[in-house]
Amino acid sequence: MTLAAAKPAAAATQAPLVEIADLTVRFRTPTRQAHAVNGVDLSLQHGEVLTILGESGSGKSVTLRTLMRLLPERRTELSGRVSVDGEDVLAMSQRQLIRFRGRTASMIFQEPMLAFDPVYRIGEQIAETVCRHEGVSRREGMARALELFELVRIPSPQRRLANYPHELSGGMSQRAMIALALSCRPKLLLADEPTTALDATVQIQILLLLRDLQRELGMSVIFVTHDMGVANEISDRIAVMYAGRIVESGRVEEIIGQPRHPYTQGLMASRASEAQRGQRLQAIPGAPPDLADLPHGCAFAPRCPQATDECLTAVPVARTLSGSHWAACCRLDA
Amino acid sequence: MPIYFLKRVLYVIPITLAVSFFCFSLVHLSPGDPMDAVVSADAPSEVVAMVQRAYGFDRPLPEQYGRWVLRAVQGDLGLSAANGRAVTAEVFSALKNTLLLAFAASLIGFTLGCVFGTLAGYFQGSLLDRLVTGIAVGGVSVPHYWLGMLLVIVFSVELNWLPSSGAGPGSSSDWAFEWAYLRHLILPAVTLSVIPMGVVTRTVRAMVADILAHEFVEALRAKGMAERQVFRHVVKNVAPTALAVMGLQLGYLLGGSILVETVFSWPGTGLLLNNAIFQRDLPILQGTILVLALFFVMLNLIVDLAQAHLDPRIQRG
Repeated sequence: MTLAAAKPAAAATQAPLVEIADLTVRFRTPTRQAHAVNGVDLSLQHGEVLTILGESGSGKSVTLRTLMRLLPERRTELSGRVSVDGEDVLAMSQRQLIRFRGRTASMIFQEPMLAFDPVYRIGEQIAETVCRHEGVSRREGMARALELFELVRIPSPQRRLANYPHELSGGMSQRAMIALALSCRPKLLLADEPTTALDATVQIQILLLLRDLQRELGMSVIFVTHDMGVANEISDRIAVMYAGRIVESGRVEEIIGQPRHPYTQGLMASRASEAQRGQRLQAIPGAPPDLADLPHGCAFAPRCPQATDECLTAVPVARTLSGSHWAACCRLDA
Repeated sequence: MPIYFLKRVLYVIPITLAVSFFCFSLVHLSPGDPMDAVVSADAPSEVVAMVQRAYGFDRPLPEQYGRWVLRAVQGDLGLSAANGRAVTAEVFSALKNTLLLAFAASLIGFTLGCVFGTLAGYFQGSLLDRLVTGIAVGGVSVPHYWLGMLLVIVFSVELNWLPSSGAGPGSSSDWAFEWAYLRHLILPAVTLSVIPMGVVTRTVRAMVADILAHEFVEALRAKGMAERQVFRHVVKNVAPTALAVMGLQLGYLLGGSILVETVFSWPGTGLLLNNAIFQRDLPILQGTILVLALFFVMLNLIVDLAQAHLDPRIQRG
């Protein structure tokens, strides 16, 4: 088994694997312009697992796709700096980009059933990736696919390789998707809500598998989810996103244990496990803002129980709370 | 998978029987007496009776049908009521010309359709897309006999570049792959290609645009596939539907060119049918319809099997 890469010896002394600085993403249509991501700063160490937590439209998936430049070029405006493994992703040529994707960074998707081409066998689709990046023969590609299927613990792997996507169950195809993503030993694994479309019991299995593989292979993972339980289970660090900005970031125990931003606090309070039996869940009132027409100040202010006039004047800057824990809220000074 | 293939092949038998029954009865249900084509109106009644016996028109219809099917199975479709020649030979000689025309037209139509459709699908919403869609809609909307006449006026009458009628120089019935014959093929083939071009363009455009919006295309890019390789995946996904449409279009071309063959006096099945209708030549009519219908049946069989081969999801049916 050649897949187990050596764990980084001294992660602390190395430069971060991922560095995002002041990232802004805008989508243009002839009539409107959506501000999907508005100045995101983010970094990820080697071997670290980061979860980006947020609801639909918070910009978490867009941030993830920017790391591989998967957004439609013609309609997207990108600015800021994104570097992965020392390479400037936003400056890459198409040729560099296709070498980078699947090799340095790879992605697993929310709907594994839809992420495979329905008319090719699963094995072929994995072998294809290996052949593409490592220039090996088809036979060697298939041999690697078999190893990977064993790695992600798919039963009777040889037979499964010859299956078409529609012949696999949801959990099985997510395992196959993970195998595909790991096929060229990426340094960075991007996971876009990989458990959302699965049954609850299968979710746990996939999460545990991902955690084991991450430790075994020593890779860095960015996990995008709206599920706090998932974030708690898998990550070292959590970044909470709202309306295209990170509003709070810190170690798991800091975010889950002592959330300081009103939005994060609202998320925690709305969990089913916090509620008393027979009581209504504490939902955050209101709805996320229109990304084409963001409020001038703090984007969460219109829904925030603690908002004052000060919140409407300017976008709040980050306040460091302790070592790695920070939140962007004016009320923290009060 | 072999079971699907076997089942699909066996389906051909009942379909064929039903088809033969329909084309026999349709012809007999139409008004008029088949004897009109054989004997003149003032012929003595014993001559009429003799000819009736010779053609078998005096028997009850179910018996006529039975005899016709039995002989058809052996390749004998009877004699033409108009000129006494063997129907089988007439039909197959005409079929050869129609096939030639149909394949030439589909070669032009399908090639252009696939190229236009793919371009429009990839650049959906662009100026190119609108131009191509315009051509496609024009293609399916223009009456092709009118287009045929227009082409004759421009290229035969005004410019005198290409001949306006016939399948070759003189009255020769053998076709050869030579310029002298090819130039006769160009105008009718172009005329006939316009509808399949339009239909294929629209299908391929819709399919390509649909497939490109699928998540797996993003997943292919995310694993580092170059655009060329993504295109290969798109093609294999579009192929089953495109093939089905092209198979049907080829079917229409094989049987539906009565108007164009008449405009260009192309000696194919369309012209044969046209003449047989006007001469009330029942054996020719039945024979031609039967052969064309069977052609359609076989073509559908081939398309279905090819689709099942390309798309693994079909075989479960």
